[in-house]
Amino acid sequence: MLLFTVASVSLVFIIGIGLYYKSIPILNKLSWGQLLGSSVWKPFKGLFGFFPYIMGTLWVTGIAIVIALPLCILTSLYIVEYAPSRLRRFLMPFVNLLSGIPPVIFGVWGVLFIIPLIQTYIAPHFVEYSTGYSVLAGGIVLAVMIFPLIVSIVNEVLRTMPQELKDASLALGATKWETIKKVILRKALPGIIAATVLAISRAFGETIAVLMVCGNNAVVPHSVFDTGYPLPALIANNYGDMMSIPLYDSALMFAALLLFIIILLFNIISRVILTRLERRMAG
Amino acid sequence: MIKRKLEEQFFKLLMVLATIVVSGSFFLIVGTIFYKGVPYMNWDMISKTPGGGFYIGKEGGVLNAIVGSMYIAGGATILGLIISIPVAIFINMYMDGKKFLSNTVRMAFDVLFGIPSIVYGAFGFLLMIYFGVRASLLGGIIAVTLLVIPILVRTLDEVIRTVPGELRDAALSLGSTRWETAKVVLRAIRPGIYTAILLSFGRAIGDVASVLFTAGFSDNIPTSLHEPAATLPLAIFFQLGSPVAEVQGRGYASALILTIVVLVITVLSELLLKRFYKNKI
Repeated sequence: MLLFTVASVSLVFIIGIGLYYKSIPILNKLSWGQLLGSSVWKPFKGLFGFFPYIMGTLWVTGIAIVIALPLCILTSLYIVEYAPSRLRRFLMPFVNLLSGIPPVIFGVWGVLFIIPLIQTYIAPHFVEYSTGYSVLAGGIVLAVMIFPLIVSIVNEVLRTMPQELKDASLALGATKWETIKKVILRKALPGIIAATVLAISRAFGETIAVLMVCGNNAVVPHSVFDTGYPLPALIANNYGDMMSIPLYDSALMFAALLLFIIILLFNIISRVILTRLERRMAG
Repeated sequence: MIKRKLEEQFFKLLMVLATIVVSGSFFLIVGTIFYKGVPYMNWDMISKTPGGGFYIGKEGGVLNAIVGSMYIAGGATILGLIISIPVAIFINMYMDGKKFLSNTVRMAFDVLFGIPSIVYGAFGFLLMIYFGVRASLLGGIIAVTLLVIPILVRTLDEVIRTVPGELRDAALSLGSTRWETAKVVLRAIRPGIYTAILLSFGRAIGDVASVLFTAGFSDNIPTSLHEPAATLPLAIFFQLGSPVAEVQGRGYASALILTIVVLVITVLSELLLKRFYKNKI
């Protein structure tokens, strides 16, 4: 049992070390600055600039968070503070069901629903022509994917708010919304931040759904209707060729390492915040 | 006063709208999948392997992917359970009193849970190169096992913690060893174990990024661990990219099958969990 526990816990380190070990060849040839800052992606010439991919990831994640966060906080507030318990019991299962849907289904939905929606209804108002495959589509699909994650954590945080606090505010003559705005949200802020960080790290690593709707064009996006090419999609799309071009496999493993490090950090940050909160509530 | 009331009403309306969007997105997704998938659904789809090459062939179904998915998700869940049950017991029974250590271990599994499947896929691929395994059923099972271990450990840990301390104390005070006590605890959480299995299976059957490098793809049903295997998500992903309408349709039908399977699994695990907690209180 000790063996299994130690082995599975050290998986965190083994993955990190394994990916780093495979990235050494490319790190020897190009500096971190070149790898992260350059936009030139020419595997045949040994040039690997990750900047467009990093920007693609940031755009898609940013859009997803901007869409999902306000919607989810409002939903959680409604479910916890306003909704009658029968409605709450009716609504929560759907949020849970949403979290069970596999990424590839979100991708199919994106292709069948979001892409035509953007192409025919949204994009024509802003730009001349768009196929619909864009960072906006990726952002919307990702936003729906992280709904359940944010809603469940924020729900949890809101439910731990002490009733006395609300009562005190209400007794002073504040309306329910004023209580939420000035007391509850302020007190729940660390929890909301933790949920956001966790959602960001989930969005960062999402591969297939985003790959299917983003257009996968290695240029830095300048508007939400431009195509983008996030890092995970890069890894997933190119594994086939990576053995035939020198350094290519190393470059892709470097991309995986990059994702791994960022997500590891974000996860640790949010988990620390959440456990602190939990302890404070318990104590 | 009127302004305050109006503000209250305005934000309440916003909340209701947000709730409708968030919970409605589920129906939108499932609705889209059903709308597109149902016309292509027929008996051949789930009883035949694709004919004439999966990318262009128009006949047949996706039996290869269904069976492949079952093999990979089933194999990974079984392997994962063999590893996770001892780990969950160890955290709860043998690390008593060492709060810092057990919390660190829990944290590690939380972090592992957050690592995206594409990283597991890439790492699984590294392992396969290292051990000289080709893209195959075995490779897929290994990568997916890594993916489901954190899910299993977290769920099992959660349910073991709901077992009342008295049960454990009673077993221990009767002179049983910690291992014998663990067996008592395991019996008490049996519905919880089923939930963990379902959750893990549901995640395993739906994941693409981890099997993309490791399982390969094949039109045939794998007959040994070393043959490449197709999975449903991979079949959806590849077939959607085909220029042939019938093949695309097969992709939609596969999406429908996968959605139904996953929904049934999620509903079952919810029900089990609900019954488990009801019995507790």
